[in-house]
Amino acid sequence: MARPISWIGQALLYGLFALIIGYFSNSPPYRHLPADQALIKLSFSHEGKLVSPCRQRTAEELEKLAPNMRAPMDCPRERSPVTVEIDLDGTPAYRHVAMPSGLSKDGASTVYHRIPVNSGEHRLAIRLNDDARAMGFNYRREETVALKPGKVLVIDFKQEAGGITLQ
Amino acid sequence: MTMNLFDSTRSSALIAYQRVERGFDRVFGTALNPWRHLGALGFLFFWIIAVTGLYLYAALDTSVDGVYRSIGRLSREQWYAGGVLRSLHRYAADAFVLVTLLHLLREFLLGRYTGFRYFSWFTGVPLLWFIYIAGVVGIWLRWDQLAQFSAAATAEWLDALPVFATPLIRNYLSTDAVSDRLFSLFVFVHIGVPLLLIFGLWFHIQRISRAEVFPPFALAVGSLLAILALSLARPVASQAAADLSMVPGPLALDWFYLFWQPLMYGTSAAAVWAFVTGATLLLFLMPALPHAAASPIAEVHPDNCNGCRRCFEDCPYAAIVMTPHPGGFPGRQLARVIPDLCASCGICAGSCPSSTPFRSAAELVTGIDMPQMPIDGLRRALERGMAQFQGGNGIVVFGCDQGANVASLAGKDVASFSLTCIGMLPPSFVEYALRGGAKGVLVTGCRAGGCAFRLGNRWTEERFAGMREPHLRGSLPGKALRVAWASLGEEAELSAVLDDLRQTLAAERLHNAVPISVPIADQIADPIVPSTGMTVHG
Repeated sequence: MARPISWIGQALLYGLFALIIGYFSNSPPYRHLPADQALIKLSFSHEGKLVSPCRQRTAEELEKLAPNMRAPMDCPRERSPVTVEIDLDGTPAYRHVAMPSGLSKDGASTVYHRIPVNSGEHRLAIRLNDDARAMGFNYRREETVALKPGKVLVIDFKQEAGGITLQ
Repeated sequence: MTMNLFDSTRSSALIAYQRVERGFDRVFGTALNPWRHLGALGFLFFWIIAVTGLYLYAALDTSVDGVYRSIGRLSREQWYAGGVLRSLHRYAADAFVLVTLLHLLREFLLGRYTGFRYFSWFTGVPLLWFIYIAGVVGIWLRWDQLAQFSAAATAEWLDALPVFATPLIRNYLSTDAVSDRLFSLFVFVHIGVPLLLIFGLWFHIQRISRAEVFPPFALAVGSLLAILALSLARPVASQAAADLSMVPGPLALDWFYLFWQPLMYGTSAAAVWAFVTGATLLLFLMPALPHAAASPIAEVHPDNCNGCRRCFEDCPYAAIVMTPHPGGFPGRQLARVIPDLCASCGICAGSCPSSTPFRSAAELVTGIDMPQMPIDGLRRALERGMAQFQGGNGIVVFGCDQGANVASLAGKDVASFSLTCIGMLPPSFVEYALRGGAKGVLVTGCRAGGCAFRLGNRWTEERFAGMREPHLRGSLPGKALRVAWASLGEEAELSAVLDDLRQTLAAERLHNAVPISVPIADQIADPIVPSTGMTVHG
């Protein structure tokens, strides 16, 4: 190939290379959610209550234990699974039973779930149970929320803040 | 059946790819064809990333409030320096991914993942992970909406594995959850993983002698100018600052690094895990797939090895080591072949000074030889071939099994010999052929940068030019030797060169010895310029 033509060809191909890099480095644009939607994120990391209460060991039981292991109280490590339900505008939107983590089931139960919703006003009802010995739900929260397009609403559980939080 | 389908698909794709590569050959020339230097281009882009990254790191404020502001300030207030370097950093990173994936594809299509090449293939697979980890985390250091989206998407993806006691996504639930320490961690990963990458690259090229770790100068300059022009024409800018209370709007996504995140939201985290895990496992297992049996490796004949080290110097895969000679000669060494590393290319036999056909021994035993194609057999075949010449203008063609098929050139005046690699040809065979009755010799092999055994055509050029032992002696008729590099599929072009050689010989009826210093390389491809400092990576 004649040298000038070769140079032009090279310039074009280098340009094509730059074009490919430049284009796919930024394009095509990606929209994560439709413009008129908002996002509800349910997330918590919460340790459920112990599945059973501590109990006093009997004298016979203590006798069978090694002297250095004779703790008067026997406290189980296993924690309750955490059950959560969400109703959105009166309709069940999510239900999940989060098992405690760890080989001995003594760790936190964790949940993460995304619920895309149309923007606007919504009625939320959240129920949570973290005690296997309790019937029903021991935490509840109902709220009407106004969600702008693109808004992220985080539903969390913070014991120190009184339970279920909306942020 | 499945393997046949696999092989036939790969062969079809290879043919299509080679058309593209030859098209680029015509524009760039074979020596500067970027397709033939993809690995080296990867190194180039890596070093551009490293150098520009040093400046960016100096300017980066790794606090939550400062990280977005400090990067943005570079682009706004220092567009001519920091801004350009930032753009170069990003575009070089994108180019790095692109050339790396193309390098992987090319080596796959050429079947370079089995046998002695398994090590380079195997060690290359983790590098893909390192590149992606470093690149994706680098995007988070902008802490704009793209970074917010990508960090959260990655956390969701990782949380799909039941290994984290607390979901990682909780680090990105609200502005309060993001701390300065998080960005220190990002910086640590963004710098630490590339250091691992350098270590991995060192492993990757361990079994390749004279590995090409930098592309030819003109190609390096062209590539750098291309992304520099892009940096000036379209400077990289941050998107809106991260706001974890809002879903990011339309994102100018870097598809080279983040393509899998939209894929995850389009399918599921489990699907992406299945994809990347499956792809990684497949890549790791490819060397174990059924493939052609390995050829016999080079054999050393101690009685004929004088320990000259030429085979040690020329082996493209560092498969030869020198050991003390067992004969007890003080200071004398003996070549030893490492079986796992030997490519069976025969380049060592071509480099051996004992491989000269002028030796009077009835059986030509050389210092290092290929059992499947011994030098003695080549001499006998050459003598038989020349004995069958009809007319006085016989031409000997030396080619290789990897390049253009020289058997197709056979004719009444042609004796063709296909070697494992053209680097297996001792230069003295050219002189032997011309003294033995041939009027011309055509030497061919893979194009520059395309040698299946990396260095065969380069060593041949340098030996013929007297720049590398063993030399072609300089007392040959000047136009009796023609060197033409032609890849498989370029038999027609090679045939045209042969016709041209015939006509030249017929016209000149060469009988006078004209000393030559440099052989004539034909223009099927660009002539290889000896000793450019360029090495070939295969």
